[in-house]
Amino acid sequence: MTGREVAVVGVGESELGVTGCSIYQLQTQAARAALEDAGLRMSDVDGLATAGVERFSATAMAEYWGMRPAWVSSTMEGGSSFELMVGAGVDAIRSGRCRVVLISYGSNQRSAASRRLRGMVQPHTPADQYEAPYGVLSPLSLYAMAAQRHFHEYGTTGEQLAEVAAAAREWALLNPKAYRYGAGPITVDDVLSSPMISSPLHLLDCCLVVDGGGAVVLTSLDRARDLPKPPVRVLGCGQSVTHITMAQAPDLTRTGAVESGAAAFAEAGIGPEDVDAAEIYDSFTITVLLTLEALGFCGRGEGGPFVEGGRTRPGGAFPMNTNGGGLSYCHPGMYGVLLLVEAVRQLRGEAGDRQVPDPEIVLAHGTGGVLSSHGTVILGVDR
Amino acid sequence: MTLVTSPEAREWWEAAKNRRLLVQSCRTCGHRQHYPRALCLRCGGVDLGWVEASGGGTIYSFTHSHRSPDPAAFEPPYTIAIVTLDEGPRLLTTVTGPGIRCDARVRLEWRAAEGGQNLPIFATEPEEG
Ligand SMILES: [Zn+2]
Repeated sequence: MTGREVAVVGVGESELGVTGCSIYQLQTQAARAALEDAGLRMSDVDGLATAGVERFSATAMAEYWGMRPAWVSSTMEGGSSFELMVGAGVDAIRSGRCRVVLISYGSNQRSAASRRLRGMVQPHTPADQYEAPYGVLSPLSLYAMAAQRHFHEYGTTGEQLAEVAAAAREWALLNPKAYRYGAGPITVDDVLSSPMISSPLHLLDCCLVVDGGGAVVLTSLDRARDLPKPPVRVLGCGQSVTHITMAQAPDLTRTGAVESGAAAFAEAGIGPEDVDAAEIYDSFTITVLLTLEALGFCGRGEGGPFVEGGRTRPGGAFPMNTNGGGLSYCHPGMYGVLLLVEAVRQLRGEAGDRQVPDPEIVLAHGTGGVLSSHGTVILGVDR
Repeated sequence: MTLVTSPEAREWWEAAKNRRLLVQSCRTCGHRQHYPRALCLRCGGVDLGWVEASGGGTIYSFTHSHRSPDPAAFEPPYTIAIVTLDEGPRLLTTVTGPGIRCDARVRLEWRAAEGGQNLPIFATEPEEG
């Protein structure tokens, strides 16, 4: 069976924060860091997956790096793109289309001031035809409406959402790479007294908007065992998409993570109770509650009570977003690749002051668009 | 804000100009859907017509937005909502009036837009009792 297994053998970050770098520079920093971590060279890469560069993202980076990859993926599904690329990359390696897959990302959205409140203008889309005329902010408005509906259906409170942000900050204080490292803790009251952005979400319920990048290298488990770092096995992957136009969301309090999570757990042959730490996409605090419920870490509607009492903070029973998350570490527009980087570091025991004690299984879940696109990846140590 | 009209929604926008809210309806299976598409989401059929919405609905969810993509056009705070029409489909819109909350009843109104066009919006209904 090991002949068909795939492992993560290298991870890396680019400069993070306010970098003054181009997308291509950040991509290069991240890719070089991940390949060095893997003990591999650019010339070893024959599969390339990336997004957010331009329309032909993988081809663009192949050109920039002087590569002629045998396999590419430019799957653009927002924050979940990189979790989907792990699934596709595993398939590509298993089927022999390529042997070493580099998944990379870089964004200079903060330095370039390229982020727009409204989102992208795409006049041919239903979203632009039917929703933009109302002054919709994408993705903010949808997440705010999901939170409002969750409050209504389940009695979830602003305090419970705020706990997600306060916990993320506590983790960030342990991560020297975090944008808010050294910024000091925040309390639930700090979140609730920060400016209202789109009710019921306050400023501190919303992720950072900064530069950043990351990369992940995959190869067969057999080859991985000959490389310098301990392999991290890809145990299971799942994906799901539900909608991209806001009013088409089938259910604002039940996301496609139900399906992506079920598929990943089934492939891994484990359940939520077997997960030692979780890296959950936190574009907004509500994203985390919805995803915890959908993945089965708690029951539907129970996300608020689940995070109470410091359960997800350092030292808590459920270590979550251990790098400080998109809320306090880094959110470069599409954060999903950095979830994978942190999951791997935790499994290797490389996470320094924020290290979770001896995790064997870590889950990463990416969410793209307006709760649109979901990718779950379950990673485990090589035993 | 320049409005876009796709070919499959020409009749929908034409009706909106006359303050009539249409819902696309499948002549084969009776399914009703919004936004207008080139096929029925239930049966896959392409024989599609229209029914006029009664104008009643309920708020599925909403947000009061304190940031604006264009403060001249949308002065914060303003409301964005998803309304479930009594006919079934949901649409994104805005809601005015007191008592905006999830599951509150709303009635169709219209807001003038550029080029003689109208946008469907909703207003809360007075609470019973
Ligand atoms: Zn039909």
